Amino acid sequence: MRNTCEHCCTKVEGLTVRLGDNAILDNVNLHVDCGEVVGVVGPNGAGKTTLLRTILGEIRYQGKIVFRIAGSASRKPKIGYVPQKLQFDLSSPISVTDLVVSAISRYPVWAGVSKDLSERVKDVLSLFSAEHLLKRRLGELSGGELQRVLLAIAMTPAPKLLLLDEPASGVDIKGLSLFYQIVDDLRKKNDIAVILVTHDLAGVSSYVDRLILLNRSVIAQGEPKEVLSNEKLVKAFGPALWNVSCLPNLTSKENNKNGDY
Amino acid sequence: MAIIEVWYRLIGALPFGWTHYVFMKNALLAVLLVTPLFAILGTMVVNNRMAFFTDVLGHSALTGIAIGVLLGFHDPTLPMICLAVVLAIAINLLKNATRASVDTVLGVIMAFIVALGIVILSRQGGFVKYTSYLIGDILAVTPQQIAWFFVIAVVVLGYWYVAGNAMILTSVNSSLARSRRINTFLIETSFTILLALVVIVSIRLAGILIINSLLILPAAASRNLTRNSHTYTAWAVIISILSGITGLIVSYYWGTASGATIVLFASGCYGVSALLGRYVMK
Repeated sequence: MRNTCEHCCTKVEGLTVRLGDNAILDNVNLHVDCGEVVGVVGPNGAGKTTLLRTILGEIRYQGKIVFRIAGSASRKPKIGYVPQKLQFDLSSPISVTDLVVSAISRYPVWAGVSKDLSERVKDVLSLFSAEHLLKRRLGELSGGELQRVLLAIAMTPAPKLLLLDEPASGVDIKGLSLFYQIVDDLRKKNDIAVILVTHDLAGVSSYVDRLILLNRSVIAQGEPKEVLSNEKLVKAFGPALWNVSCLPNLTSKENNKNGDY
Repeated sequence: MAIIEVWYRLIGALPFGWTHYVFMKNALLAVLLVTPLFAILGTMVVNNRMAFFTDVLGHSALTGIAIGVLLGFHDPTLPMICLAVVLAIAINLLKNATRASVDTVLGVIMAFIVALGIVILSRQGGFVKYTSYLIGDILAVTPQQIAWFFVIAVVVLGYWYVAGNAMILTSVNSSLARSRRINTFLIETSFTILLALVVIVSIRLAGILIINSLLILPAAASRNLTRNSHTYTAWAVIISILSGITGLIVSYYWGTASGATIVLFASGCYGVSALLGRYVMK
């Protein structure tokens, strides 16, 4: 397990977040190198989303969050964020174009979208197999489509750090593997650091470089194989872990009789 | 006031009975300025599910008048605006601080504020004096007030031009907006202050009881017909202006309260849009 943070990384040291007397995060230490995908897993209420929102700068905390990223000299770099779910009204007349334009352009979208801008939106979306969604309303998108649109927005312009909150929720298996593949390509091409929060242990382990088990503080971290064979993890997840043992690339085939996951 | 003379002559040239009256010419100009303004603000009120919030703002006018009376103001506009702005900011802060649902918080505040206003104004049976605020009187609008509406329209359009995108992003997901370096608190607060200002300044035209409908109906109707922000805004403005003009003129011939007549036409538009949206546009 590396704990160094040399030329390019995001580092969290002694991070504590309190809500009243309750510590939602308690002395969390972790780091993510550029070009690395780190999965954060943990039970419900483990503080996973809080961790992301704290890194985004939305929540008051004790401890240190250091961004050591070339060119931005420890100042907060551009962070891409893909939220878990949107709270908007499904019937809202907001199209995919509207959402993308309102995020990447200063030109007010209610006044109409010019041809140039519309082409730009198309270019942005085409990198994420989403260009056909341009004119759809947000409420008409499937979970996977919405996620790709949100990822397209988060990647425009390319950030140094990408935060993904529960990309597995509400997305079918096909959509999810497409999503993970896109993320994998992105970090290779752009050398960005990715923190991926999920409860989908099984699906994520083959795509991440490291896995961090979080339950208010870091219980275990390391390569997926290493972490998944950890006893503490068994305790933290309880029966849910049996799904993990079905992973073909992690454990032997004999354990795979519990069926699909 | 040379511009207003041009307007008077222009409208006076139309071959209708109502165009002889200066109060109708003033009212029409006010309607043309205020209805698009309400439509634009309404699009975001409906997107953000703030219909109840703006209703509370409208009702706070009653208490604003009461405070004005207590403090001896001749014109209660200033205390009304102050109270509504303070209330808007307070609700915004409270919304983020409490775990009670926004609905409940607003219900409690509205009950308190309306009761307080009525208690103060009804001392010695004096409430009747203030009933004109409940219904409003668009025909009593003065050229000075119209000039103010013009200023406010310019401010709202400017704000919408600068902050429109940030508002859409914030309404979809505030964390997403913050990750794009948008100060969501500033956006939400400035929008609520703007709402408070517009609602209070227009309260004499439309009245406390129905002002909220003028905000909500055009946007709600437009939602039934549209799929993106551009057409949503455009249709809300069109529906708002059309029901404004029709309502005003019809109220002249029917001898009814103009504000309520306008709202009636806007409701009709909503009904038609709901049918069109359901059976024709899909």
